Amino acid sequence: MTPTATPPNALGSLDPMSGKVNRNGLLRFVFDTATMTRRNLLYLYRRPQVVVFALITPIMFVSLFNFVFGGSMDVGGQNYADFLIPGIMVQTVMFGGSNTAVGLAEDMGRGVIDRFRSLPMSRMAVLTGRTIADGLRGVITNTVIIVVGLVIGFRPSNGILMTGGAFLLVLLFGYATTWFYAWMGLKLKSVEAVQAASFLPTFPLTFAASTFAPVENMPDWLQTFSANQPVTAIVDTARAMMHGGDVAGPLIRSLLWCFGITLIFGFLATREFRKG
Amino acid sequence: METSGNGSDHEVAVEVNNIVKHFGDVKAVDGVSISVKQGEVFGLLGPNGAGKTTLVRIVATLSKPTSGVCLVGGIDTVANPMAVRSLIGLAGQAAAVDDLLTGRENLEIVGRLYQLTTAEARRRADDILERLSLTEAANRQVSTYSGGMRRRIDLGASLVGRPRILLLDEPTTGLDPRTRNELWSFIQELVDNGTTVLLTTQYLEEADELANRLAVIDHGNIIAEGTPDQLKEQLGGDVLMAAPADPDHLSVVAEVLAAVTGETPRIDAKRHSVTVPAADRIAALLEAGQEFQNRGVALRDLSISRPSLDDVFLSITGKSTEDGEDGEDQEVTQ
Repeated sequence: MTPTATPPNALGSLDPMSGKVNRNGLLRFVFDTATMTRRNLLYLYRRPQVVVFALITPIMFVSLFNFVFGGSMDVGGQNYADFLIPGIMVQTVMFGGSNTAVGLAEDMGRGVIDRFRSLPMSRMAVLTGRTIADGLRGVITNTVIIVVGLVIGFRPSNGILMTGGAFLLVLLFGYATTWFYAWMGLKLKSVEAVQAASFLPTFPLTFAASTFAPVENMPDWLQTFSANQPVTAIVDTARAMMHGGDVAGPLIRSLLWCFGITLIFGFLATREFRKG
Repeated sequence: METSGNGSDHEVAVEVNNIVKHFGDVKAVDGVSISVKQGEVFGLLGPNGAGKTTLVRIVATLSKPTSGVCLVGGIDTVANPMAVRSLIGLAGQAAAVDDLLTGRENLEIVGRLYQLTTAEARRRADDILERLSLTEAANRQVSTYSGGMRRRIDLGASLVGRPRILLLDEPTTGLDPRTRNELWSFIQELVDNGTTVLLTTQYLEEADELANRLAVIDHGNIIAEGTPDQLKEQLGGDVLMAAPADPDHLSVVAEVLAAVTGETPRIDAKRHSVTVPAADRIAALLEAGQEFQNRGVALRDLSISRPSLDDVFLSITGKSTEDGEDGEDQEVTQ
């Protein structure tokens, strides 16, 4: 291959002597994010047991909740599998977030982050590469949940487009929460501490919500919390998108939650990362 | 002090000027100034917790000094860290490599982060693997590597960007002597090709082997600086070393050497030997030999040598480097 100089274009200019591409800050961020995403996906691929366990938990939850509580749960005349699947999907992306926290704490502890920080790369890409890879994992886990759901009687009735939209909304929420977990991982630093702590916010947020049972049946004091927290907003919207109901208002509220969480925790995580 | 924008022809590769770094109340680095010339190997020698790693992290832009200025290739590490990062390569004790990726993947990812094209990243990775004798293990996950191989791939990762200045933080700590020697000759090769090296070590032997100039650092302060020979000069001449055939005779040997030279001998329990400064070298040697014969103490070794850097450290700080908890113990028993 004979190296030839390429004129600068939108993707940067190649210096044929060094094999280096000159990219501006934003392009560098995009390319570095792609590289770091690839690195984290390779990790995921080499540690399939993480994905397997990330799948077993929701499958277990789908089966147990559906068959144990399904018969006695009053969800307004709805088929319980229909009610349950959107909830389990949201719960799964949140549980998956603990991997983001653990993974970052692990990287920080092993000094590999110091390597990245000593390179002339975009620092932000270390975090975006992590959150995007972890967000993409949600595609696999949620697809499996839908398949299992279809087996036990989940039947979205609002058309493929709206159901797909609900799927994307859950992924977007999953991506937003990875920033929360990234912040947690960077803040707590130790893998053990992160493992212990990451379930603390996940449990109350996913159970004190419309995930498994209607909020209306909860005691008043709990309802105040449950009805106004993000998990309920996302689950209700996803449910409405899959099975019909008022979508526009809830969707806007859900998107605001997603962007708000990403902005706040993206800022906090980045600040924490720069500190180190 | 000359300040140059791009620093490409700068004679001083690393200029550390009165750097202070506090972590809360702890003064990890307490006003250190060093100047590493282009093309030389500068060694920072000191026990664990002396502040070596903190200083290297500041030079590598990983940490900001509480006060003071650090210039790499004439560029301020705080004001323009990105420019500094394209000049340096960092490797060290942490072996900052990805376990679940293969050796080649590790190098290629670093290459991509240097904005190299896929082809160039691959070419450089192949080249480095070859030079570090890792070609056969290139496609294996790093988790299957031995300690020495991990250290090599870590060093390799620091070379991908073809750095002019290499920062090596205890590059051979915990390695067995043979692997250490291999790494030393590889580092020497890089130096021969013009790379400037700032090296930290707690091994006196390593500093002696690689460094042109040394700074001895303890409790965040430089306590001595010069060439290895100059530092040995500070001790004021040679040392007499005697090793008894029977380790139980160490104290008798120490007694004899003290009597002969009038100095305080140092007992090295691990090497079963005793050393003592001996200004009047030949007379001391003969006299000691006579005395050992009189007392019937059988010797394994009796010699005059230049002081080791360990002797230097002892004479400057009043304590041996081995007093602290460091990697030395492990290494000797291996």
